[in-house]
Amino acid sequence: MHVVVFTRSTPDTAAKVEVGADGKVTWGDAATVVNPWDEYALEEGILQAKNGGGKATAISIGGEMHNESLKHSLAMGLDEAVRIEDAALDANDSLAYATAAAAAVKKLGDVNLVICGKESVDVGTDQHIYQMARKLGWTLLAYVSKILEVDYAAGTIKVERLLEQGKQIVTSKLPAVITVMKDINEPRYPSFIGIRKASKAVIPVWSLADLGVTPPAAHTKLVAFKNLPVRDTQVEMIEGTPEEQATQLVDKLLQEKVL
Amino acid sequence: MSAVFVWIETFEGAALPTSWEALGAGALLAEKSGGALTALVFGENADAVAKEAGEHGATQALVCADATLKGFRLEPYAALLTKLVQEHQPRAVLAVATTRGRELLAASAADTDSGMISDVSSLDVQGDGSVVATRSAYAGKVMSDVSIDAAGTQFITIRGRAFRPNEAKAGAQAAVTSVAPVLSEDQIATKVERFEAEVGTVNLTDAAIIVSGGRGIANNPKDAPGDAGDAAVWKAKDGFANVIQPLADVLGAAVGASRAAVDAGYIPYAHQVGQTGKVVSPDLYIACGISGAIQHQAGMRTSKVIVAINKDKEAPIFKMARFGLVGDLYQILPALTAELKKRLGK
Repeated sequence: MHVVVFTRSTPDTAAKVEVGADGKVTWGDAATVVNPWDEYALEEGILQAKNGGGKATAISIGGEMHNESLKHSLAMGLDEAVRIEDAALDANDSLAYATAAAAAVKKLGDVNLVICGKESVDVGTDQHIYQMARKLGWTLLAYVSKILEVDYAAGTIKVERLLEQGKQIVTSKLPAVITVMKDINEPRYPSFIGIRKASKAVIPVWSLADLGVTPPAAHTKLVAFKNLPVRDTQVEMIEGTPEEQATQLVDKLLQEKVL
Repeated sequence: MSAVFVWIETFEGAALPTSWEALGAGALLAEKSGGALTALVFGENADAVAKEAGEHGATQALVCADATLKGFRLEPYAALLTKLVQEHQPRAVLAVATTRGRELLAASAADTDSGMISDVSSLDVQGDGSVVATRSAYAGKVMSDVSIDAAGTQFITIRGRAFRPNEAKAGAQAAVTSVAPVLSEDQIATKVERFEAEVGTVNLTDAAIIVSGGRGIANNPKDAPGDAGDAAVWKAKDGFANVIQPLADVLGAAVGASRAAVDAGYIPYAHQVGQTGKVVSPDLYIACGISGAIQHQAGMRTSKVIVAINKDKEAPIFKMARFGLVGDLYQILPALTAELKKRLGK
């Protein structure tokens, strides 16, 4: 069996992100890290490959900055890593991303399970993942908080999904694309030996020609990034005994009409 | 005149109230195109929900109450939506960016090679029929404007509580058309074994008011019983149950938490607000014992009014709060709950 985990590099979660005069996003000299949601996907990839007696491959779509997340994946213990980059591929368009991602999974040939983090914190989207599942024609199980059973020989999977109103337990068939939530596992830290091995790894890059696909014309376009509207941050401190603070706060909240 | 489709999400046969916000956003598009604002209602109780959608401004409704659609499953819902999109070539398909709305619209947009923008907080229709939508990016630290062309159907999911809902008008009616399902039960691989509902809790993403607790909840003055195991965990759980929850109850509020509180085991992950949890946008957010790390801010910064209660007056949360109270939450919150009971007449 073969598990694929999609990952990408994102600015450090504590970084101050701003929009420059050119409309582009900058995060100063803050480091890039593996997308925080992907850590759970990578850990689950390692666990599933081990349980199924198979291997795990990490894939990133985009420029060289994403080597960072792929090296992290190898250092954690995934077996292989591939990056997909092509000047004709606009990975910001979810259909283009999904088309390339599905082609890469097909090119690997023997994949039973694709695991993704719930979303990418940079672009803040998840639709490219669901669209990859549709382009593959595979089962999609999103928001998975637990894999309860998986039988690669029989091609069945049973998971717990975390939805707004509670937990849903479902069974379905493999191959499948799943997205995982934070609850699913405790991601490991890369080992010293893992980091050393990963630092020497040469990561192959596949082009659209290698994948043999042409993405459909993009219907969406990123127009510009904008800084947030300036928040009226003048905080009004409410002092006194706890009872006085409570009374004054209720007065203020009634004035603000939020109660 | 091509229609504007709005998927009315239901749970156990009742429409989610945020669906009327999707109808409100749909009306913005339908006004410009002159097409029919069309509610899509699938699953149990579909006819009654379609009637309600009519009262909320839908002029047409396509309904399918087939047994295969009882309870949301992506395969039969997406197959049906895709078929309806292919048949009607609507100008746009809208839904709220819930777990189900996100995957349903993305799937159908992929099936039809259509453009999609998810989780938008505002929409602007251009003269050529293209739409520019604003959405949050980089964990809420910046915004982005994304355009979607008018060449095909535009798939858009909207952020809950960002659009004005279409108010109900008694007597308003939608013309209802029944449609047939696409998949039969034996063509659907996914089977729901069971659903474990969270009983009696208010959904965070729909909530008008949220009371959230952080690491400071562990400073409970009560003594943990000897057999409690980890005393800090016991104290925090007791605080969530007996100090945070009563305040939430009197306000009709949902209970949230910081990542620190979730990771320490004080409260389940489903309550986490922030970068690896939920993004919320209530009218009132009361942060109790939360320092306000940038990752937490990512999940709640668009709240209308933020109240910070913390014993550390240097906590970053005060920098984004409208009102700040320095003190012990174990003294302030019970006083606040009592005062609210008195003033709100509960």
